[in-house]
Amino acid sequence: MNIDSIKNGYVIDHISAGHGMKIYEYLQLEKLDCSVAMIMNARSTKMGKKDIIKIDQKVKIDFDVLGYIDPNITINVIENDKKVKKFHPELKEELIDIVKCKNPRCITSVERGLKHICILKDKKKAQYRCKYCDSEV
Amino acid sequence: MRNLIGIEDFSTEEIDELIEVSKNIISNKEKYLEKCKGKILATLFFEPSTRTRLSFESAMLSLGGGVLGFSSADSSSTQKGETLADTIKVVSGYSDIIAMRHPKEGAPIVAANNSNVPIINAGDGGHNHPTQTLLDLLTISQEKGRLNNFTVGLCGDLKFGRTVHSLIIALSRYENIKFVLISPNELKIPDYLKQDVLDKKNIDYIETESLEENIDKLDILYMTRVQKERFLNEEEYVRLKDVYILDKQKLEKAKKDLCIMHPLPRVNEISTEIDNDPRAAYFRQAEYGKYMRMAIILKLLNVK
Repeated sequence: MNIDSIKNGYVIDHISAGHGMKIYEYLQLEKLDCSVAMIMNARSTKMGKKDIIKIDQKVKIDFDVLGYIDPNITINVIENDKKVKKFHPELKEELIDIVKCKNPRCITSVERGLKHICILKDKKKAQYRCKYCDSEV
Repeated sequence: MRNLIGIEDFSTEEIDELIEVSKNIISNKEKYLEKCKGKILATLFFEPSTRTRLSFESAMLSLGGGVLGFSSADSSSTQKGETLADTIKVVSGYSDIIAMRHPKEGAPIVAANNSNVPIINAGDGGHNHPTQTLLDLLTISQEKGRLNNFTVGLCGDLKFGRTVHSLIIALSRYENIKFVLISPNELKIPDYLKQDVLDKKNIDYIETESLEENIDKLDILYMTRVQKERFLNEEEYVRLKDVYILDKQKLEKAKKDLCIMHPLPRVNEISTEIDNDPRAAYFRQAEYGKYMRMAIILKLLNVK
């Protein structure tokens, strides 16, 4: 299967197989006004199978969100057909409205208009806790 | 402006200062009679409570202030669908300080973010209950004369028991405290407390299901009630509610200077036959609650 290379944009590589759609949703890529290619179950020597997302435009995207979903992801920045930068997403100190607290006893389960805020508690374990009830998310 | 959301909002020095002020109030009550004249405490209790609410109200009245509020969500605008944020914005215009109990965990953070006056967390679900912890520390200080070098047994519902969570956090600041955590497997303390507090600070603790086998080691025994309102499944509550009952027979093995505490209300977990034992401190503990809450109100209102 061939998918054209991109001139300017991003290639999100080394996504664990099956996580591609989740990342598509988190980054709200459907709202972009450019082509987005989703390659699922691509062969990988390192990972066996992986997902890849190609975004055909350099738009502002908060890639740090991806650190929470899959810290092994690689983001390649493409300019004029060349890879100019490659990086792994950082773990954000605070995730706002990215993950929802699942504790039914948490105030976020009933209070309208309240943002779901998760705080990074353990960088090594990529562990976040709800700011309000301290539950692990 | 300061709030009291969790025990971590106060430094160890501030906690020690609150204990000293409480002791001063106990011995010089008349000196404090007009300290909060003209100030209003709002007690917003979205969940039923007798002791905590009355002790807050008694505390403010004993400082010469006034009180207003409600004692269940049914009698508040929550029933009409008002958000907590809106309720707090309105009430903070009617009062100088708010004491709030709410069934949802983290509700006091929402309150503090929407208030112009100090918020005191009077219990948020199974999460935190810092004023109880402060009165527990006052009780230990009064009964034992110190806050270090103890083996403390915590017995009963350690999963949902917010008083226990806050007490572990607070006591772990003092030297040489060992914990014996006694609970059924289903009601063990949450992992985050073990990781963030006990393991992080290298505090000595054991987890056990047996009160009998461990009672002889304890300097303080903190009993808790298995709370029906915390269970989503009634069957599980019925199965666990009477797992531990402290009675005369169990106390025979205990130290002569054991201090028995309980946040109250009790149901069956402490037999009434030991109420007159000098080691039973729980009714004195409830009274200390009023003096500690007076000290907290004074501190948050910055009244000297």
